[in-house]
Amino acid sequence: MQVQTHVDIHSEWGIVAARQAGRKLAREIGFGSVDQARITTAISELARNIYLYANKGQIQIEEATSAGKRGIKIIATDQGPGIKEIRRVMEDGFTTSGGLGAGLPGVKRLMDDFDIDSELKVGTTITAIKWLR
Amino acid sequence: MEDTQLSMYQLYKEMLTKYLDNKSEHALYHAQQFSKQMMEKDMSPEETVSLHMSVFQEIAEDLSEEVVDSFDILLEVMIGYGLAYREHQSLRDKQRQLDSELTVAARMQKSLLPSEKIALDSVDFGVISVPAGKMSGDYYHYAHDEHKNVGVAVADVIGKGIPAAMSMSMIKYAMDTLPEQRLQPGALLENLNRVVERNIDDDMFITMMYGFYDPRNYRFNYASAGHEPGFIYHEESDKFENLDGRGLVLGVSKNVTYRDYEVAMNVGDFVVLLSDGVTECRVDGEFIERDQIIQMIRDYKHMPAQKIVDRIFYDLERAQEFQLRDDFTLLILRRKV
Ligand SMILES: Nc1ncnc2c1ncn2[C@@H]1O[C@H](COP(=O)(O)OP(=O)(O)OP(=O)(O)O)[C@@H](O)[C@H]1O
Ligand SMILES: [Mg+2]
Repeated sequence: MQVQTHVDIHSEWGIVAARQAGRKLAREIGFGSVDQARITTAISELARNIYLYANKGQIQIEEATSAGKRGIKIIATDQGPGIKEIRRVMEDGFTTSGGLGAGLPGVKRLMDDFDIDSELKVGTTITAIKWLR
Repeated sequence: MEDTQLSMYQLYKEMLTKYLDNKSEHALYHAQQFSKQMMEKDMSPEETVSLHMSVFQEIAEDLSEEVVDSFDILLEVMIGYGLAYREHQSLRDKQRQLDSELTVAARMQKSLLPSEKIALDSVDFGVISVPAGKMSGDYYHYAHDEHKNVGVAVADVIGKGIPAAMSMSMIKYAMDTLPEQRLQPGALLENLNRVVERNIDDDMFITMMYGFYDPRNYRFNYASAGHEPGFIYHEESDKFENLDGRGLVLGVSKNVTYRDYEVAMNVGDFVVLLSDGVTECRVDGEFIERDQIIQMIRDYKHMPAQKIVDRIFYDLERAQEFQLRDDFTLLILRRKV
């Protein structure tokens, strides 16, 4: 059975709801408490970016399977302004928060697989997966 | 991975048990050493909190639900610290890489400077050039032709670091293309100025002094582009004299002419060229005076030229607690016979 949850993000409430849904699924899949906290933080960062830069969007959370592995997949989608300089954004220390390790490079570190697809004035889709070890 | 986690768990458990048992400083010392091991194993702050929590839950009986739950908050907070820690590690790696790239660049830069010593009986020559950072904004040159004319130059790019270093290499290449002007200091600077003016940013300048010793008439001919004046030492009168020379710094204006100056060199006389990194050495918070430099040269003047410049550099470096603020170049050319 494939579990899938969609959470609409248009307020801070949405961010909390996405965290909650992510933590629940992570626990069900079998992630330990440290990984649960990491996955939740990644969801937070993605959801907060949607809220801050695109106003609204969606977080989709689902179980991932591949070659006998199990994991959790987060897909953050919005139809916002898009990200201008993806390469720079992925550099450490670029975030507006001034290099406290969070932001998109942080999400990449917290998760195992990470992909950004973004087009200016069209929107952004970020997919991140963490595999169970 | 599983194994190390298991052994870390065991070690942590022993440590915590011991401490809870006797509260000894010894156990705390052990913990301090253990933290190094954990970092070597790349354990993040959140993993450490989680390890503590699980060990604690095992050895302490009947923990209240509140205590256990409180760790959720600590764990969540630690995730951020963990990310900062990871970022720090990756920035450190990047820094190392940049550093080694710089080292290579500095080596390339060094290879632009003349490497063979002047092997002439007529003159004694010494030069030292030390960058404040890895790359230097100072340039020096020496060369002689088949008539034993010895050309020397010191140039100083106003500005520091990599941009200055890049401009410095431009001077070197430009010099290479102007061999006919080696015996015409003013014309040489005029040509260099044209190259510099065309090729560097408006906010960068280069000062330079070029001259050559002519063994037919025993004269030192030179020209200056706004450069810190050098000195000439006259052995007979035991006096130092400034190598004054007027001329606009390189790179400001397109068509500039530079005047040639000349000064007689008797046996034992020597010229000193320097960059302002020498005069801007600060000893006890004060810029060193030119008179003080003269005094230092005087103290060592019985030595070979290379020894003199080496000693002066060492003394000034030491007086500044081995921290250079600016690139340092000092060059001496003495007439021997
Ligand atoms: N969904 C998005 N739509 C448009 N732009 C975005 C989106 N997500 C991120 N960005 C752009 O990428 C930049 C970097 O994002 P990132 O989350 O790494 O750091 P930040 O949000 O600036 O700071 P913080 O560390 O607080 O998250 C943002 O400043 C924003 O300009
Ligand atoms: Mg952000």
